[in-house]
Amino acid sequence: MDILLQQILNGLVQGSVYALVALGYTMVYGILGLINFAHGEVVMIGAMVALTVSQLLLAAGLPPLLVLLISLMVAAVVCMLLGYGIERIAYRPLRNAPRLAPLITAIGVSIVLQNLAMIFWGREYHAFPQLLPNNAHTLAGAVINDVQLIIVVVALLMMAGLMLLVHGTRLGRAMRAVAENPSAAALMGVDANRVISITFMLGSALAAVAGIMVSANYGIVHYYMGFLLGLKAFTAAVLGGIGNLRGAMLGGVLLGLIESLGAGYIGDLSGGFFGSNYQDVFAFFVLIAVLVFRPSGLLGERVAERA
Amino acid sequence: MAQKLVDAKVNGIIGHLNSGTTIPASRIYSDNGIPQISPSATAVAYTAQGFKTAFRVMANDGQQGKVLGEFAAKNLGAKKIAVIDDRTAYGQGLADEFAKSAQAGGAQIVAHEYTTDKAVDFSAVLTLIKGKQPDLIFFGGMDPQGAPMLKQLKELAPNVKFMMGDGGYTPKLIENAGAAAEGAYASQPGVPLEQMAGGKDFSQHYEAKFKQPIQLYAPYCYDAVNVMIAAMQKAGSSEPAKYLPELARIEYNGVTAKIVFDEKGDLKGGAVTLYQVQQGKWQPLQTLGGSALAATH
Repeated sequence: MDILLQQILNGLVQGSVYALVALGYTMVYGILGLINFAHGEVVMIGAMVALTVSQLLLAAGLPPLLVLLISLMVAAVVCMLLGYGIERIAYRPLRNAPRLAPLITAIGVSIVLQNLAMIFWGREYHAFPQLLPNNAHTLAGAVINDVQLIIVVVALLMMAGLMLLVHGTRLGRAMRAVAENPSAAALMGVDANRVISITFMLGSALAAVAGIMVSANYGIVHYYMGFLLGLKAFTAAVLGGIGNLRGAMLGGVLLGLIESLGAGYIGDLSGGFFGSNYQDVFAFFVLIAVLVFRPSGLLGERVAERA
Repeated sequence: MAQKLVDAKVNGIIGHLNSGTTIPASRIYSDNGIPQISPSATAVAYTAQGFKTAFRVMANDGQQGKVLGEFAAKNLGAKKIAVIDDRTAYGQGLADEFAKSAQAGGAQIVAHEYTTDKAVDFSAVLTLIKGKQPDLIFFGGMDPQGAPMLKQLKELAPNVKFMMGDGGYTPKLIENAGAAAEGAYASQPGVPLEQMAGGKDFSQHYEAKFKQPIQLYAPYCYDAVNVMIAAMQKAGSSEPAKYLPELARIEYNGVTAKIVFDEKGDLKGGAVTLYQVQQGKWQPLQTLGGSALAATH
């Protein structure tokens, strides 16, 4: 029983990260109808920037907690600028192009970012410095450490904050208006371009936080780490209903649980035919199943009406 | 890449880095008669293909896995062992050899799980294995996976021992795993650098020239190149067809050991050394399988 609880805890931690990154995908899709494949790479850049800043500040002798806060802020700012830049340079010129063009561009941006990171930070795996005391706690036989607890709590806080923003402020109302019908929103006096830029920046800030969380959890940063994470987070967004914020959160947590429990029990269930190396396959199997049986996702999709 | 080099009419190849790339490339070199010495590919399959042009300058995974398995079962007294491999040619081959040898030594393999050579998250696999309560976990793979796996293992099940092959015997493993690396075991075909016949000199010259400590396979590469050059000198020509027979029967006193190839292209008398991380550094524990062919400089 403690093994089951452990797998569930692992899944919740992993799912919180997927949920944070999925929010970025879902917001952009809701507003632009575009899958921002470069989002996974923004997560990676956030982690890399945080790594470099932490290394510099730790070498300068600052206390670890301050280093963490500063590198978090620097990473968030860099990612926001990056998100803004990607939108302006790669997506805005294609605003009225057929749907396929921005999709291909997104993949192109993803490749460019990966290679820039590889050139700048090298191909080796870097160790992310430990900035917080990381004690392990035992809970009914399952182990969870401080970093993992913080990940879950921070993810929940950020999601709550985003929901508050989107449903309780004027900016949020503008975002929802542009998501529902861009032309009508423009007629009502909403600056669509500004709202879109802000959406990208918000998603990228969340991505920076997610990047730092992933690095702190595994202690490893690598130029390729954003790719698979991005694909799985996208799957989580689709699972919950693309364009739907609550759906992204639900999808993220659910995907984390499915992956963890699946990888843990598939060996026993299939009598050894499938092994735990099929762990990554679960995410994509879920994607296919959702698209075949319930394409609008669990909570229903919310995409702009193209009048 | 191999085809490109063959088309460029090179006279010899030192490479490739790991078994996954060396084995397919060796077919191309063999078809074109170009001798190939690998300084680091350890999978048994490399020389078992029967190519006259394939050689290597250190022990293969058959020997490495055997030594590791015996060490785990007999010296460490592990009764229940879990095996993880990363499904690459190297990792899978080594893990299978290890499992065979450990079972022959009296241990029970309670789980054989898999991952990939890109993964970072092993919580599901390790949790599953924790449920089977092993004494030791063996991972067939490289250090980019070994380091996070070690970290995650230390949290989930701190009393379980951890062992890897030569893919884990790197400074990067200790750097990336941090304090969790303490007590981990790994092996390396060959003898520790200090015990190598030319080891100390090589190390000093290397650090003086390149200003950084030796990378894992440097002495083997050095020997591989020099063996090839020695064979060319003996044959008086760098034409592959001419110096290949000389290479097959050469006896060369290298930095790592006295290099003599057997009929498959494996190194005769290849030793394997076991290491453990003690106080943040790799310390040699035992050298097994070496022979009287150790060089005397």
